[in-house]
Amino acid sequence: MIDFQPSEEQQLIIETVRGFARNEVRAAARECDETAKLPDALLAAAHELGLVANALPEAHGGGGARSAVTGALVAEELAWGDLALAVAILSPSLLALPVAEFGTDEQRSRLLPRFSGPAFAPGSLAVVEPRFDSDPFRPRTRARRDGDAYVLAGRKCLVPWLDGGDPLLVVADEGGTAQAFLVPRDARGLAAAPDRYMGLQALPTAELTLDGVRLPAAARLGGEAGADVRRIVNQGRVGLAAMAVGVARAAFEIARDYARQREAFGGPIAAKQAIAFKLADMAIEIDGARLLAWEAAWKLDQGGDATREAALAIDQARQVSLEVADGAVQVLGGHGYTREYLPEMHLRNARGFAVFEALTLV
Amino acid sequence: MPISFEPTPSTLAAREHYNRIARERMRPISRKYDELEHELPVEWVDWYWKEGRFRAPGGASPGDATDGMIQVCVQAEELCWGDAALYLRMPTPALGGSAVAAAGTPEQRDRFLSRFRAAGGHPIWGAMAITEPGAGSDAAAIQTTAELDGDAWVLNGTKIFCTAGEGASQAEGGFVVVWATVDRSAGRAGIKSFVVPAGTPGMRFEGCEKKLGIRASDTATLVLEGCRVPRENLLGSAEVTKRDARTTGDKGFKGAMATFDASRPIVAAMAVGVGRAALDVAVEELGRAGVAVRWDAGLHARSAVEQDLMEMHGELQAARLLTWRAARMLSLGQRNNLEASMAKAKAGLAVTRITQKAVELLGPVGYSRKLLVEKWMRDAKINDIYEGTQQINQLIVARRILDYSSSMLR
Repeated sequence: MIDFQPSEEQQLIIETVRGFARNEVRAAARECDETAKLPDALLAAAHELGLVANALPEAHGGGGARSAVTGALVAEELAWGDLALAVAILSPSLLALPVAEFGTDEQRSRLLPRFSGPAFAPGSLAVVEPRFDSDPFRPRTRARRDGDAYVLAGRKCLVPWLDGGDPLLVVADEGGTAQAFLVPRDARGLAAAPDRYMGLQALPTAELTLDGVRLPAAARLGGEAGADVRRIVNQGRVGLAAMAVGVARAAFEIARDYARQREAFGGPIAAKQAIAFKLADMAIEIDGARLLAWEAAWKLDQGGDATREAALAIDQARQVSLEVADGAVQVLGGHGYTREYLPEMHLRNARGFAVFEALTLV
Repeated sequence: MPISFEPTPSTLAAREHYNRIARERMRPISRKYDELEHELPVEWVDWYWKEGRFRAPGGASPGDATDGMIQVCVQAEELCWGDAALYLRMPTPALGGSAVAAAGTPEQRDRFLSRFRAAGGHPIWGAMAITEPGAGSDAAAIQTTAELDGDAWVLNGTKIFCTAGEGASQAEGGFVVVWATVDRSAGRAGIKSFVVPAGTPGMRFEGCEKKLGIRASDTATLVLEGCRVPRENLLGSAEVTKRDARTTGDKGFKGAMATFDASRPIVAAMAVGVGRAALDVAVEELGRAGVAVRWDAGLHARSAVEQDLMEMHGELQAARLLTWRAARMLSLGQRNNLEASMAKAKAGLAVTRITQKAVELLGPVGYSRKLLVEKWMRDAKINDIYEGTQQINQLIVARRILDYSSSMLR
């Protein structure tokens, strides 16, 4: 039966995460953006919520409740607070979820327990490559089999680079198919340079050069069976679509509240159709994009190929978030252009959804 | 129920059932009745009256879970994928029926609606007449009057853009629900609705509009001159109250406007059907030439046409999901005023753009009357106008999200 109501349990999760996003994440957003720093206390507090651990297998200390739909609900709420902080808080998903789904027994036993331990443990996944036509389904970073080893060569960027995110997962082409490899940060031939962008200022990211990085065969995610990297990319797209909806909702709400308070020509500007209709369009587009993200998440949970749904979801959500953020800056006028208000940051972050891939997974 | 996008078996059966009707009964005569404009599509109307209305979708057993109003939306989408104008010409109580069902007494429902379920007889129609030459979106400004004279209401005024108005006013057994004011000084509180049976003396059918699209749909002008209907044909209460309808229980104008919360998701679903028809043909024609959306293609690997097709798919699906959400809320008895207007605003604009883009993508073939794509572009535009224009629905959404009353945001 078709239904659009989160379950009671999901509703509880939404309320909890929404409160955390408002009181902790949003409260820290501007300062983190200005200083380009992640507060450890915030990550520790977020870890207490168990958002990623809840999705991991019980056998490895997790909650055994993996659901892409729940992941999308959480991603939207956190990104409503702040995109960079949301990606950081959910960064464990980048390593933990692919290992849980595709890892060998050895990989799971070795890598998963840390994510449900007492301390926050970040993860990292390298998908995007530093060229204009970066394509997550067709990486140009190559993995070549050499005896009982793999040799990786290529470049990556936009790689979340939080302290302790070791090993990281690197997506590379192996004979025409994308596969993922566990790469220790101190691997010989791997160089990481700090990377900075228009948005996501608070998120540490790295540009990687892999120059003949030699890995044991056991470094291949899933061992001989490998991993379904298409599915990982689709999980990333759905997560990002939900985050784009969260960013858009944040910008929309600020514009709506500002328009109700700001007076011009003898009344609130929200009482003018030029502003009111713009706000109405924002609300409609945000809801449409959210439903597409939910549908793609639901499709992932059914286990089938969700490439089409994930592509539609991210394609709509990235356009909607950009238009809404831009509209919010416009509604606030000159104030929208200042860093006193958040929409200018929403606009910088929203533009990124055109290039982001797999910054979070559901 | 958790979040789910899985239709029930009965919805799937309904989709198949109505899609077959669309393919076999509507598409073959689509062009013919677009060209003949106002002529009654006899084969369609007769078939529907004699057989179609008694044929239920198979596959589902009684007691099976259903998607409720979503299933009604699926039916509207499939039939309008067939032909939106022929859908509007179906002999049913239509919006007049919705008004009687929503505001009428059990006696009125039986009196006016049961004949649509009875076997035999000739095709009949129901219709709703609100719009006037001087009052469209501003429905509270209507000038048609109703005066009580003994045991009858006497109606005077002119109604335009009345969908199915020819059939409903002319074929004996049908009816038109006419909006009129019993007290002009009372504004919207004075507006009531009256059931005017077909053939009532004083109701004159003046003719049909010549339109851009949905040409097979009879969009009538009806003139009411001393038109007397029995006192018991008033829907709802005769009392004129300016107090809040929610506290007095009087459905009144607000009640009448609330029927739009039920009809807008269906109109949005109809729009989605027209948009899908155009998109399907675009996909098929371009696919034959080897142009297809590669869903895993990177942004820079996509051609402009692929990007256009992706956006058409995305816009259409967003419109469909917003529509289903509004319908689902209706099934659950939740207030869906905001969501119904969101769906209608989104769907009306999305399919206007999708059908226009389909004509563009197909070049001279799309522009040609050999295919139906140009017709669907003409048909689609009405969805952004009737049952609340794009702007009226934006206004409703804006008021709701801002928590503004109609006097605070005009």
